Amino acid sequence: MFTYIVRRLALAVPTLLLISLVIFLLVDLAPGSPMSQIPLTVPPDVRQKIMEAMGANDPVWARYLLWLRQFFWIEPLYLWDHWFGTSLAEGEQRILSWQSRSPVFDIIGQRIPQTLTVVGTAYLVGVLIALPIGIWSAYRQYSWFDQFGTFISMVGFSVPTFFTGVLLIVVFAVNLQWFPSVYDTTLKVTDWESFWKQVRQMAMPVAVLALFNAAEISRYTRAAMLENLGQDYVRTARAKGMSERVVLLKHVLRNSMIPVVTVIALGLPTVFGGAIITEQVFKVNGIGAALIGAIHASDLPMVQTLTFIFAVLIVVFNLVADVLYGILDPRIRYD
Amino acid sequence: MTDAAAAPVRRRLAVWQQFRTHRGAVVGMVMILALLTFVLIGPFLWRVDPAFIDPDAAVMIKTRNQPPSLEYPLGTDQLGRDMLARMMAGGRVSLAVGMVAMAISILLGTLVGVLAGYFRRLDGPLMRLTDLFLALPLLPLLLVMVMLFRDTLSGMLGPELGTFLLIVFAIGVTSWMQCARIVRGEVLALKEREFVLAARSIGTPPRRMILRHILPNVLSPIMVAATLGIASAIITESALSFLGLGFPPDFPTWGRLLFDGVDYLQQYPSRVIWPGLAISLTVLSVNYIGDGLRDALDPRIRGR
Repeated sequence: MFTYIVRRLALAVPTLLLISLVIFLLVDLAPGSPMSQIPLTVPPDVRQKIMEAMGANDPVWARYLLWLRQFFWIEPLYLWDHWFGTSLAEGEQRILSWQSRSPVFDIIGQRIPQTLTVVGTAYLVGVLIALPIGIWSAYRQYSWFDQFGTFISMVGFSVPTFFTGVLLIVVFAVNLQWFPSVYDTTLKVTDWESFWKQVRQMAMPVAVLALFNAAEISRYTRAAMLENLGQDYVRTARAKGMSERVVLLKHVLRNSMIPVVTVIALGLPTVFGGAIITEQVFKVNGIGAALIGAIHASDLPMVQTLTFIFAVLIVVFNLVADVLYGILDPRIRYD
Repeated sequence: MTDAAAAPVRRRLAVWQQFRTHRGAVVGMVMILALLTFVLIGPFLWRVDPAFIDPDAAVMIKTRNQPPSLEYPLGTDQLGRDMLARMMAGGRVSLAVGMVAMAISILLGTLVGVLAGYFRRLDGPLMRLTDLFLALPLLPLLLVMVMLFRDTLSGMLGPELGTFLLIVFAIGVTSWMQCARIVRGEVLALKEREFVLAARSIGTPPRRMILRHILPNVLSPIMVAATLGIASAIITESALSFLGLGFPPDFPTWGRLLFDGVDYLQQYPSRVIWPGLAISLTVLSVNYIGDGLRDALDPRIRGR
């Protein structure tokens, strides 16, 4: 197992390097890059100075290597300094946003709490809804509950989040006025009243994302449960006189959880990607919104870094899913 | 000879009969046909230009934001354009994007899958490529691609064709991986079958081998992947349009109409609901058809 993890980690490094190269080149070599967007009225020598100040004049490979060094070495050093009060990264050049001239990672650090509270809660709620629904629909296959649950999960899976979000706004924010339609990032939770306010403003984005995730996970849970319910060991357990409860929740559920847990792990990074849309609908000031803002402003370092962070998340969670699968299912041997 | 000719017909009939027993798939099929009629034949019956803005400013201001009436069955938008005609035009573009993007992705996926499955030497590199693509953050990359290439392509090919090609190509290039994996698996299994060995022993060259023996046998999983691919392509296109990085404003698609409607959400919610409903219904129907098709094409389920 340990050697497997080490080998997978070693394989992840070239993958990440290649992805970073793809992202860097795609953004950098594209015809619409902001180097071509400096107005023509700017005199050539000033133009030259602007390009130099942005560091856009160096050859591609130099900028790529510099960016890699900044991403993997200098930024972690800054983080270390920030946590332990050391000064290892003194004077080193950080990745700067072209929009605000402040370090990209500072902006990301400001934005991530909002994304994590909304997306994290939504994923948790989604999983908590999906598991019981999936289990019960499989146990009572073709009952009205199963039919209804399958239909709802198909709907939740098919209706795009930007439409469910807008629909919820129309019903609950405009007509009923229960929840605010815009997420207030400046809200600080200090007492019960502000906590209640926070819950109310989180309700709709969480509901939208939770519905979408629950739809997918409950489908997998149902399928995995169905497969295991037909196995011989279930009949044996019943024949031994075990209660339905034990058979279902101990024997079948444990075995069915193996694929479901991996699906949950694999789904996490896509949730971050999908949250881009939900953040836009409810004006949540998270990293998805930061990405959209950077794209509209042609802020290359920001776009490159954020996109690469999404890629890192995907690679890491793929690894986590594989390792979890190996730990949970003793039949799988990685040698 | 008649037997050999009758076999595919019989099989097709069996598939159709199994498909018919899937209630959701049949309802989905009817829905899709209705939507197709709406966007394809509708404009012949409802002859209103979706981009028509009355040149007379006074008339234009009077016809703005109309509620549904006999003259404007779905009302008008903030520039006095007829929403029904815009829904039809938008649907045509949305469905066309879905189909063409799916075609590109299936073509790429099948090509990579067959090559990787059939030629052992290509298997490693092609599958690493697939893994690499699977690890890319697709939505952010799509957004970046559209942002970077939209203006250039619009300048070269005109705003409509340029954006259409860009979006279709971008979606196709980022969604072929599932199909490639499925096809590769099927091809690997097929390669060990006797009829392939027989064909090889009479000296069939690889090209004919793939086209005549392998491809027809991997058609069913490809068809299922294609159906589901249309749904995800339509969602991706409308998501791009919704984020403001899709088609230009005067060129309606369902996603674009929804995006434009969001600004007037409080006063005229119907302007958001109609395009949203159309997207959702299309995707739901296509997903159900895909489900039914998967069951119908699976010989283990068929006939039970």
